Amino acid sequence: MTKLKTQSLKKRQSDLANTNKQLEILSNGIFQNGELPTFKNKIAETNQFPLKAKALEILQINVGYMCNQVCEHCHVDAGPDRKEIMTRETMQQILDVVKTTGAHTLDLTGGAPEMNPNFRWFVEEASKIGIKDFIVRSNLTIIRANKKYYDLPEFFKKHNIHVVSSMPHWTRGKTDKQRGEGVFDMSIKALQELNAVGYGMPDSDLKLDLVYNPSGAFLPGDQASMEKDFKKALMEDFGIQFHNLFAITNLPISRFLDYLIASENYEDYMYSLVEAYNPMAVENVMCTNTLSVSWDGYLFDCDFNQMLDLPVNSKSKHISEYKSELLEGRNIVISQHCYGCTAGAGSSCQGSVA
Amino acid sequence: MSKTYYDPADLRKFGKITEWSEELGNKFFEYYGKVFEEGALSAREKSLIALAVAHTEQCPYCIDAYTKDGLQRGVTKEEMMEAIHVGAAIKSGATLVHGVQMMNKVNKLDG
Repeated sequence: MTKLKTQSLKKRQSDLANTNKQLEILSNGIFQNGELPTFKNKIAETNQFPLKAKALEILQINVGYMCNQVCEHCHVDAGPDRKEIMTRETMQQILDVVKTTGAHTLDLTGGAPEMNPNFRWFVEEASKIGIKDFIVRSNLTIIRANKKYYDLPEFFKKHNIHVVSSMPHWTRGKTDKQRGEGVFDMSIKALQELNAVGYGMPDSDLKLDLVYNPSGAFLPGDQASMEKDFKKALMEDFGIQFHNLFAITNLPISRFLDYLIASENYEDYMYSLVEAYNPMAVENVMCTNTLSVSWDGYLFDCDFNQMLDLPVNSKSKHISEYKSELLEGRNIVISQHCYGCTAGAGSSCQGSVA
Repeated sequence: MSKTYYDPADLRKFGKITEWSEELGNKFFEYYGKVFEEGALSAREKSLIALAVAHTEQCPYCIDAYTKDGLQRGVTKEEMMEAIHVGAAIKSGATLVHGVQMMNKVNKLDG
């Protein structure tokens, strides 16, 4: 069994459960007094403002905030107490859109997407459309959380799902510190089960990628070096194989922002992000080719903007009124959290971008 | 003026040393950057060496910098502490090995 790390900000009735409060923090202090440049001014230095959406390539669907874990740094503020779950009706609206767009990737996230009661139906229906890359972001422990999920590796295999899973470190201590006691052992077991059905093997088409995000107030190291270290350690210690490691920067929002403030690391962290700013990464930020759909069907430039309640700057605001001509070329909505995607080698849901 | 000799925020200003001697400052930072690139030693190994030396030099800026650098590279706290022990062992060994000089002198003067 895993032991929950904490409760969601919402359940704790924290000030930061209010997204306006988060946006206020991100705009005040060091960004208001000019100590650090705002993201808008920074990208304007290299004539990259406003950021414009290109053609849609990735449709990321958040099927609900319910999760069996309560990770310390979750930007979704997900947990067992969150009841926001996508309905079958919204899923059907998404399927109708997927059929008409040129998006090559469908990316399901949550919470734990598998906990949505219509998850399997949605995967089955979406599979029929023939998406090139169909991702499910699985937290791994869900596979071992309850008997009804034990067959998930086989289910994923049947639909040729690309499994992307979080793994903060190859050691138990660092993983459990971030994700809850017992998470490491359950994740290892789940990875072994995915390997057993063919996921992550060197020549296998069953893609298994891991996501690394730092366990504290520091930026991720070089993605290729981290991947080498992860592969070596997981193979030597547990015989586990996987394909790619995506190194993702923690964005200063939601529970990670709460952690930064409580640990008095907020200002130093923002300095680190701004100092590591890389204009090359701006060229490839994911918001320019991605749309994020919330559990209730609204459209956002990315999952982070979704969590900050910053909707797309377009007349097409809901999946039921999706019009590519209204969305393409829209101005991306930005704030200081965007520095998280442009630091160092850049960061996206697919890892480094520069 | 700062009331202490060391201010953590000064680390961010390190690059400013070039303002008063541009050529030498730039050459130093170019050399510094090159040293820490992947080479015969990995950047991770170099980071651990730097952490150990940071302690033997007792440089608070370097300790902050290479602790954070290690975390970014996935270095564990056990690895960091072992690296510091390597530095400490060399420091204490360097003290103690001079004991032979003391013994030589005693033997010569009073043997």
